[in-house]
Amino acid sequence: MAVLLIADHDGKALKPGVTNAVTAATKMGEPLVVLVAGDACAAVAEAAAKVAGVSKVLLAEAPYYAGGLAENLAALVLTIAEQYTHIVAPASGFGKNLMPRVAALLDVQQISDISAVQSADTFVRPIYAGNVLATVQSSDRIKVVTVRATAFDAAGAAASPAPVEKLAPAPDAGLSQFKGQELSKSTRPELTAARIIVSGGRGMGSAENFKILEALADRLGAAVGASRAAVDSGYMPNDYQVGQTGKIVAPELYIAVGISGAIQHLAGMKDSKVIVAINKDPEAPIFAVADYWLVDDLFKAVPELTQGLAA
Amino acid sequence: MKVLVTVKRVVDPYVKVRVKADGSGVETANVKMTMNPFCEIAVEQAVRMKEAGIVTEIVAVSIGVQQSQETLRTAMAMGADRGILVETTEEVQPLAVAKVLKAIVAKENPRFVIMGKQAIDDDSNQSGQMLAALLGWPQATFISNIEIAGDNADITREIDGGLEKLTVKLPAVITADLRLNEPRYVTLPNIMKAKKKPLEVVKPDALGVDVKPRLKTLKVEEPPKRTAGVKVNDVAELIDKLKNDARVI
Repeated sequence: MAVLLIADHDGKALKPGVTNAVTAATKMGEPLVVLVAGDACAAVAEAAAKVAGVSKVLLAEAPYYAGGLAENLAALVLTIAEQYTHIVAPASGFGKNLMPRVAALLDVQQISDISAVQSADTFVRPIYAGNVLATVQSSDRIKVVTVRATAFDAAGAAASPAPVEKLAPAPDAGLSQFKGQELSKSTRPELTAARIIVSGGRGMGSAENFKILEALADRLGAAVGASRAAVDSGYMPNDYQVGQTGKIVAPELYIAVGISGAIQHLAGMKDSKVIVAINKDPEAPIFAVADYWLVDDLFKAVPELTQGLAA
Repeated sequence: MKVLVTVKRVVDPYVKVRVKADGSGVETANVKMTMNPFCEIAVEQAVRMKEAGIVTEIVAVSIGVQQSQETLRTAMAMGADRGILVETTEEVQPLAVAKVLKAIVAKENPRFVIMGKQAIDDDSNQSGQMLAALLGWPQATFISNIEIAGDNADITREIDGGLEKLTVKLPAVITADLRLNEPRYVTLPNIMKAKKKPLEVVKPDALGVDVKPRLKTLKVEEPPKRTAGVKVNDVAELIDKLKNDARVI
């Protein structure tokens, strides 16, 4: 029996977490089939076919798959679900929205946000904001799983592309309508795919002050992130939030600036390879997870760092 | 219109959780418990919609141990009109939560259900989507704004790249994200008033729902600790460490 991976994409390209989910999915069973569903997204299917480990791509196109509406996509997945032992997606906003609907329709208990595959039916997943790891075993006939992308390496490129087959769309459920998106525009790398992240917290003081972090980020080729406190204060948009309920990141280098280090924030970044914290409070909890910490006024230290890196 | 809002009793998010010595679970005895923060946002939304004259009755539902009555009292102190506790000592996993709620929806017939997007204990983020699936209703998850427009709800939801606009037909299941509102503090007079509000207790069996867990927890453990870091005295030293020790820049 085969494994089905539902691709998260924007209509033009695969989202960064998909190739990591491919790595997780190939540990569950084989062959691996990837479903690309959307409105005019053949280019995405071509891209998915070139990922190593993928043996076939199914392409389902309909206008009512735009925006990844869960009601319509779940109905589509149901038309083929019984052919698979596992149905997998990245634990992105897309996967989190869609997969529980699929699982409930199949009467199976989903396994969310796994960080390791121990066997075809046993998985490790972080709970309590990543402070506890639970090893869970599923007895359901089909395993519906979402994958924490940062816990798996990205799959590479295939030597030769897998075949792409058309899959007939299921009818429009008529329950919901996609009305559009307001996406943050940035020339910097995407948070979940960045090698370096520079993140700011409440200590930044204002949206305007984030400019000094952006200057540092641009010097390093880094993405910019924010703590929940900074997002709630309106300094940065919601999609910049790193944390338990925001984005989970694990870059090579994470620089936390003016972030105290609430449990909820640490949950989103403590698996980063190297963590730097800059905070004027010598008691800030963020220092407990930092590899290097500097007790200093960020408005002095950050421009100095940007300057120093230019030299 | 009537609305159903769900509340879960969880370990307080500011408590450092500990794994039980035998690795069977997380220590919850003598630990401070509270309403799941996302459920608070859901209750707040329902109360604001009642204050705005859109909602006429708010029914709060909780599933769990007897002490979950306290969580329901908090919801009623915030403004819910009555409470239903589906009492069980079992671990109720999201699929079972959705099945219990489906049975309650069949009895109560609400126009929509508002839930938190996830509980901060098991971090599953499933129950709302599953309830919508079982009812055959649309789902509006991780929302930051809702406007009721006749038979529809116009939704703004938080997505990975920004915000998304949706229109869903009512009845629907809605799950709250952080930016939907800021929950009010409960006042003493409202806590007193809440004690007089009706609270019904039912068992899952009486609803005809089997809540036995489908996922077996084999083990829980703490993740590996990070090794202690180094304090640097100035920016120059930091740059040196990053370049020459960590070699990340």
